[in-house]
Amino acid sequence: MDWRPGASLDMLARRAQLLARVRAFFADRLVMEVETPILAHAGVTDPHLHNLSTTCRLPAAADPVRLYLQTSPEYAMKRLLAAGSGPIYQIGRAFRDGEAGRRHNPEFTMVEWYRPGYDYQDIVEDVEDLLIWCLGIPYCSRVRYADVFRQHAGVDPLECAIEVLRDVAVRSGLNAGAPLSRDDYLDFLLGEVVAPHLGNERPTFLCDFPASQAALARLLPGDPRCAARFELFIKGLEIANGYVELTDPVEQRRRFGCDNARRAAAGLPEMVPDERLLAALDHGLSACAGVALGFDRLLMAAAGCARIDEVQAFSVTRA
Amino acid sequence: MTTYSTNQFRAGLKLMIDGDPCNVLENEYVKPGKGQAFNRVRLRNLKTGRILERTFKSGDSCEGADVVDNELQYLYADGEFWHFMNPESFEQIVAGPEAMNEAAQWLKGQETCIVTLYNGVPLTVQSPVFVNLQITETDPGVRGDTVTGGTKPAKLETGATVKVPLFIENGEVIKIDTRTGAYVSRVKE
Repeated sequence: MDWRPGASLDMLARRAQLLARVRAFFADRLVMEVETPILAHAGVTDPHLHNLSTTCRLPAAADPVRLYLQTSPEYAMKRLLAAGSGPIYQIGRAFRDGEAGRRHNPEFTMVEWYRPGYDYQDIVEDVEDLLIWCLGIPYCSRVRYADVFRQHAGVDPLECAIEVLRDVAVRSGLNAGAPLSRDDYLDFLLGEVVAPHLGNERPTFLCDFPASQAALARLLPGDPRCAARFELFIKGLEIANGYVELTDPVEQRRRFGCDNARRAAAGLPEMVPDERLLAALDHGLSACAGVALGFDRLLMAAAGCARIDEVQAFSVTRA
Repeated sequence: MTTYSTNQFRAGLKLMIDGDPCNVLENEYVKPGKGQAFNRVRLRNLKTGRILERTFKSGDSCEGADVVDNELQYLYADGEFWHFMNPESFEQIVAGPEAMNEAAQWLKGQETCIVTLYNGVPLTVQSPVFVNLQITETDPGVRGDTVTGGTKPAKLETGATVKVPLFIENGEVIKIDTRTGAYVSRVKE
């Protein structure tokens, strides 16, 4: 029986150092560490994320209650922000059903943080400062989503016809099966054609995602075709995702509804929106920006590892 | 025809890609954090031997290829075709030169080969990994020379030519690794 860890002990020591370094970064900037539940009553509506769930017997309930292992601590942390926490961060486990592979493990460590009052540039610079602090790099690059799609895929991701996206995708190795949605073609092209060019010289922020992929981000005031959302890439590997947060409860409710409509169309179960998050937004969440960073991926990038199981003590196949 | 979903793709599964039977070599899960998941699949085209990559939306399915591996006994060659027999049903199957490819040079008769059938027709033939064959033509052996590592060509009873150590004599039976065509050892009669 292979009982040994997948990561070397040297790598685990490096992991511990990097964790300490991240904590020191936030301590230095007076960002408070918080812990929010992994088990919660509501899951995520995003059609591309799948909650693991379990049941829990609670003394006051007749039947066991279904609880969802969180895919990120976003909803709970926003409730803390609405309660007036000020800047907060969390280093915790996130869980995503179905995600396992060279760069994925169903449970992984996420660094997530929120900065009240930060705008788009502020939050990108905050991530850049963290990378400088942790990796000792001089600075990062910034590129716009539409620009790198034009450069590497030869398409305008915001304006071109879906047939053009499909042609380019099929020519780039997508199986020509049933038609996909516009966003699915963009996701394919980002992963297979564009991302390999990102972050090879230095960590690179991919900025201004299309509005259709805004998730919980605000749209850009100057160009509503785009969202105030960015991702960080190092050597083609997606490391972090951040945005200026949506704080409007009406718009949030609408996006939850859209998510569930897309879930239904894809034959996925609908997810009950997190009413506590919506109540917190109703109460009022002041302008803020936030980031979710995959800690295992950051360590992979820092150590030059190609596989996530090289940086985790026991990935799912060994757990 | 059977179809397979991306989560059933495993190394060794045979799929139809662009009308050709292909063997799955690797299936990698790729997914942007907030986006659609895909499976990037590496395959070998079983007709051309070429490696290709194809990416499927996770959950999509693909038609399987009617490709089966059979262990068949090699009987004889008639100058144009190679004849095989299923040792259980005694059914005979005939393979052409494209399917035989490199396997032909290692066969003299009676060997059990893996014959890959596509729609009942041989697509590829794999000879046994190790074969014992007699040398019919080589320079005289250099006695005791087991250390210099030098080699000389030797023609085998099947017509193939391999490199053998200098001490090997004409008429000896030797063991060959057919994957590389390399000499392995002498075979004591």
